[in-house]
Amino acid sequence: MAYATAHHEEHHDEHDEGITVMGFWLFLVTDCILFGALFATYAVLVNHTASGLTGKEFFEVPGFVSETFILLTSSFTSGLAVLSMHKGKIKPLIGWLIVTLLLGMCFVGLEIHEFQTMVHEGATISTSAFFTAFYTLVSTHGLHVSVGIIWMISITIQLKRYGITSVTKRKVTIISLYWHFLDAVWIFLYTVVYLMGVM
Amino acid sequence: MWLLMNKHIHSTSTRKEENKLLDKLKDFSSRFFVTGEPMIYGADVAILLTLAGIIFVLTYLKKWKWLWREWLTTVDHKKIGIMYMLSSLLMLFRGGVDALLMRIQLAFPQWHFLDSNHYNEIFTTHGTIMILFMAMPLMFAFFNIVVPLQIGARDVAYPFLNAVSFWLFFFGAMLFNLSFVIGGSPDAGWLSYPPLSGMQFSPGPGQDFYIWGIQISGIGSLASGINFIMTILKMRAPGMKLMHMPLFTWSVLASCIIIIFAFPVLTVTLALLFIDRFFDGHLFTMTGGGNPMMYINLIWMWGHPEVYIVVLPAFGIFSEIVATFSQKKIFGYKSMVFSMMIISVLSYFTWVHHFFTMGAGANVNVFFAITTMAIGIPTGVKVFNWLFTMFRGRIQMTQPMLWTIAFIPCFVVGGATGVMLSAAPADYQYHNSYFLVAHFHQVLIGGVVFGFFAGLYYWWPKMFGFKLNDRLGKWAFWTWNIGFYVCFMPQYALGFMGMTRRIYTYDFDMGWGPLNVISTVGAFFMGIGFIFQAWQILHGIKYGERDVTGDPWNGRTLEWSIPSPPPHYNFAVIPTVTGQDAWWTIKEERKKKKAKETAAFSPIHMPKNSGIPFIMAVFWFIAGFGLTFHWVWMAIFGLTGVGACLLARSFQYNSDYYIPVDEIRHTEDSVGRVG
Repeated sequence: MAYATAHHEEHHDEHDEGITVMGFWLFLVTDCILFGALFATYAVLVNHTASGLTGKEFFEVPGFVSETFILLTSSFTSGLAVLSMHKGKIKPLIGWLIVTLLLGMCFVGLEIHEFQTMVHEGATISTSAFFTAFYTLVSTHGLHVSVGIIWMISITIQLKRYGITSVTKRKVTIISLYWHFLDAVWIFLYTVVYLMGVM
Repeated sequence: MWLLMNKHIHSTSTRKEENKLLDKLKDFSSRFFVTGEPMIYGADVAILLTLAGIIFVLTYLKKWKWLWREWLTTVDHKKIGIMYMLSSLLMLFRGGVDALLMRIQLAFPQWHFLDSNHYNEIFTTHGTIMILFMAMPLMFAFFNIVVPLQIGARDVAYPFLNAVSFWLFFFGAMLFNLSFVIGGSPDAGWLSYPPLSGMQFSPGPGQDFYIWGIQISGIGSLASGINFIMTILKMRAPGMKLMHMPLFTWSVLASCIIIIFAFPVLTVTLALLFIDRFFDGHLFTMTGGGNPMMYINLIWMWGHPEVYIVVLPAFGIFSEIVATFSQKKIFGYKSMVFSMMIISVLSYFTWVHHFFTMGAGANVNVFFAITTMAIGIPTGVKVFNWLFTMFRGRIQMTQPMLWTIAFIPCFVVGGATGVMLSAAPADYQYHNSYFLVAHFHQVLIGGVVFGFFAGLYYWWPKMFGFKLNDRLGKWAFWTWNIGFYVCFMPQYALGFMGMTRRIYTYDFDMGWGPLNVISTVGAFFMGIGFIFQAWQILHGIKYGERDVTGDPWNGRTLEWSIPSPPPHYNFAVIPTVTGQDAWWTIKEERKKKKAKETAAFSPIHMPKNSGIPFIMAVFWFIAGFGLTFHWVWMAIFGLTGVGACLLARSFQYNSDYYIPVDEIRHTEDSVGRVG
């Protein structure tokens, strides 16, 4: 009986973790639509500059290209973390998560710096419809990354405390899904906002 | 002497400072609290008395601990469902009072019962409350109470998240309702179109109450959508294939699919409006290149699917009731499923019909007119299926069935006027007239409200273990129905006579007086119907016929196979399903075998209660209040609290437990079910 219960428990746990990961995919669907609505708003308002400043005058190619490379690399390192997790190696797992975190912080830092420079040069959120849409879209992504950083720190601490269990495995899987998703969104931002903006 | 003088000077200067402070306080409170309306002072007193009464009763009966343990921290889907239901009935009361005040104001020409600003506030809060804080939570009440029981599950997929959803809704609703006595209500219509809802024309906090009240509860709704999709896809009893699911569960799946696609758009729309208001943005302003029509498109991309979100579960409820009380299998099960799925897809492609007059051009209008008309086809299929289920059935005229039968003609007329409105060229005439007001009330009251009432009567014995009185129920039924037609049929005519929606008062020579009086009388009939229902509930608590069988209606689906009210683990043994109408099949088999099977219990895995959802929602409320009054420190404090709650939950590893076999046996024995 004791054996049966224990077996049942384990089975149940795995089942639960699977459901949670699937639910998170659904959350990503909703987040996708959230960004979709923001992109649509940006697309509608991209030329509504109130015959004033445009993005072309403010977007700096080295800035946003380095942001892109940093975020793409962080996506790669978070993938390496998941790989080490599947091999059951806790040290490289935590190591790669920390590298991912540092890259994420660099990204957010660069973005804040970019915004500061732009505001300093006279393009604030209330300059025109275009700039409101721009700041809203880009900072929503930045906010997502920042939340992800806090979340990842918390999971790293939990990994240190509890090791690789079915629960922490699920948590790492979910945060890496989230991180890859933000990376995919950034690729659209990079193309639609920055590349098309400077062209 | 010097000391004394000094003291004197000191005291005068403090007095002066005190006076200054007092003036500041006075000034602040005159802006902070809503003043100058005798009715609002009355409401202030009533709210304070009710609060004091609740606190007194809880303290006197020593129920604080009970409240916290059994309700505020519960993750049980049935209790969460009951809390959803009670709060939505309260909101129905508030929205109903708003409606009656509006009808009094409109009853006579040149009538000044309310001032124009107050009238604007009331039509705004009436609409917002009825859709977002009455229909949505009542719908979630049914999701919670019925879905796990119908699919043979012990809880939803994410019980903790479910509690979070409820408390976010609850505190969102409280924040919105607070605007009534603090800060002032929103007054830019239930969808708050800019530029009217922008900072320039609505500088007060009312509009921010609107944004944050809906935003906070909307996050909860989104989470519920994900939760119920996963519950339905992953938690079904063994053997229950998708095409074996009860139709109500199907309708919930369809509705949740719309929720997860529509609610993110609402989140974005409200956030953008707030960015315009708080950061002085130019998305929807008339200056700086803003485009107010973008808001109207976005809000209806959520708003139109939203009406299908609330009406599909009502369709599901009718399907259950029609089958049960015709004592037949539902006619056309597959076509019911397909039509619901088609509706959930089509509901995304009709939003522009709310503003054909925008001037998007003939081609755009044609597209949206055709999709709108097309949505009538699957709906028509469903109506015929209900009729064919009743055809040659042995119909029992119970209360749920009465509402179902009343729904069909009402909804058909509502649908037909909808098709009239969908003809884009003709819509230029109907647009924003009382014809439209009558139409959407007919589909929302005739469809959603009648459906939810039918569901309440149907599942009431399951929730509470007693039936509601028939005689009072019939009074309620007839006053509601007669009241409905008396109220809204004249409004169709008024629309044709040129009366526009949201009009505050009108002149004698318009000739709208008589029909408006009739309409007001009808509204009061519906109010009387509501009183009968409240009476019915109170009467039922004391004298209601107890349901000891667990199956008072000779039901067909699994929720009727367990005791009423169900034990907290629902099913002592998870049933195995072989086809549609699982409980009906089991009953038929039992009749043949004439023997009860004895089941072996095994320990049941259950989630533990948690206080975090409640506390987190309180922090959301604090953050929302801060953002409403643009007090950044308060918003930061609230949001930090929310983050702390999330982290606290993340570090909780011991959040479930097992119910031992002995306890299950004991519980089952006590309700007369021997294992």
